[in-house]
Amino acid sequence: MQQAQETSMGLKLVLAWAFVGIPLTWGVIQTLINAMKLFQ
Amino acid sequence: MSFLDRSHTVAGPGFSRWLVPPAALCVHLCIGQAYAFSVFNLPMSKLLGITQSTPEDWKLTQLGWIFSIAILFLGISSAVFGRWVEEGGPRKAMFTAALCWAGGFFISAIGVYVHQLWLIYLGYGVLGGIALGIGYISPVSTLIKWFPDRPGMATGMAIMGFGGGAFIASPLSVWLMAKFSTPTHVGVAETFIVLGLAYLFFMIVGSIIVRVPAPGWKPEGYTPPVVAQKLITKNDVYVYDALKTPQFWLIWWVLCLNVTAGIGVLGQASAMSQEMFPGHITPIAAAGFVGLMSLFNMGGRFFWASTSDFIGRRNTYFVFMVLGFFLYCAVPYTGSIGSVALFVICFLIIISMYGGGFATVPAYLKDMYGTRYVGAIHGLLLTAWSAAGVFGPVLVNYIREYNVTHGVPKAQAYNTTMYIMAGLLVIGFICNLMIKAVHERFHMKSDHEAERAQAEVAAVSEPAGA
Repeated sequence: MQQAQETSMGLKLVLAWAFVGIPLTWGVIQTLINAMKLFQ
Repeated sequence: MSFLDRSHTVAGPGFSRWLVPPAALCVHLCIGQAYAFSVFNLPMSKLLGITQSTPEDWKLTQLGWIFSIAILFLGISSAVFGRWVEEGGPRKAMFTAALCWAGGFFISAIGVYVHQLWLIYLGYGVLGGIALGIGYISPVSTLIKWFPDRPGMATGMAIMGFGGGAFIASPLSVWLMAKFSTPTHVGVAETFIVLGLAYLFFMIVGSIIVRVPAPGWKPEGYTPPVVAQKLITKNDVYVYDALKTPQFWLIWWVLCLNVTAGIGVLGQASAMSQEMFPGHITPIAAAGFVGLMSLFNMGGRFFWASTSDFIGRRNTYFVFMVLGFFLYCAVPYTGSIGSVALFVICFLIIISMYGGGFATVPAYLKDMYGTRYVGAIHGLLLTAWSAAGVFGPVLVNYIREYNVTHGVPKAQAYNTTMYIMAGLLVIGFICNLMIKAVHERFHMKSDHEAERAQAEVAAVSEPAGA
């Protein structure tokens, strides 16, 4: 029972962090690409 | 709507506190869009002319007011609704912020469609500004309660999201406008609707995930310090009593001066870099420089706030003031020797400390006033941001203008401003130095004050005539 609860919480954590992490990473990459123009 | 109440958000056993930072980020990443609103200014100045502005089109100066109104209402709403946010709980606040934020976009879309600027002032400016204030303080205060062992790191994560929101919004908005635009139509209204729907979804997910800790909860293995540390209180201070303490106003000035110094150069970074290094920094390179600055602005929020957990809040601000002083003084020197690399390094560190100032201040308030009303007190403190939003750009722009009209070469026109910014940080250093622990007469002695506060809230909440 406790094992199932822990697995469920682990899955929730992965989903929640992916939910915010993926768009943020995409945004950071876009900004980095833009920032590289400083060194060109 | 009882599921929005604080009592329905109390975490059950087995809940991981690491679910709260993504909940906070759901809100902060959305409202951080405010930093990217300028991408709409140029397209909105051509709504009628499409390829170029006509006399009936809105002017850029008129459009600039949208962001200013939003920031003004951020300060007002965080100050006015701070106590309600604290007592109503994070879910109710985040849900309200979601409705206001999305509603602001929808009203603005109508404003664009019928070409009525006042609707955009009302939508994005007023309603969006209220969402900014409520949405900014609520997750921060919740995180402080979940991470008593690392409050700086926790708030740094959320406020980092506010800095990062523009990274997503800016390219996404440009892409959406390109998708919706036709040879006879600029796709701003449709972009507003799509963004409003996306933000509504994201923020509501955040409000569903968020929880408050059960009374008496503490992290596993964490033992609160038995002996009170000099600048970290174990007591709570009632929100309006905090205003009576000199510490509140000293922190207000510390934040205001730190933000003034940063915000002034942030807005002018592109023009400043090109004018200080003519021929070396092109407009394209300057855009890259601005992008790099926003990355350091975001990273600094997490880095400095996390660092403050180890070196202390007051010491962190001492670092901002001392290091900032030397860096501002060094900027004219980098211009005189023509070192672009040194100039860029100076500004990247400065801007990281600007972001760090925002992210460290909630934990500073928690140290001074306890966790109970920290969100409400933080809301009142954000008026310093609004004030700095006026001081900073005015200082940079007007002093540069004065210098240029008095014959100072453009490459040196910013030197005076840099020394003034360094001077502001000296004042900030003195204010920070004067901060001592809050006198015990301001501490909440029992639940008497809380009962008084709740009675006032209940009286306000009662329907008229009830």
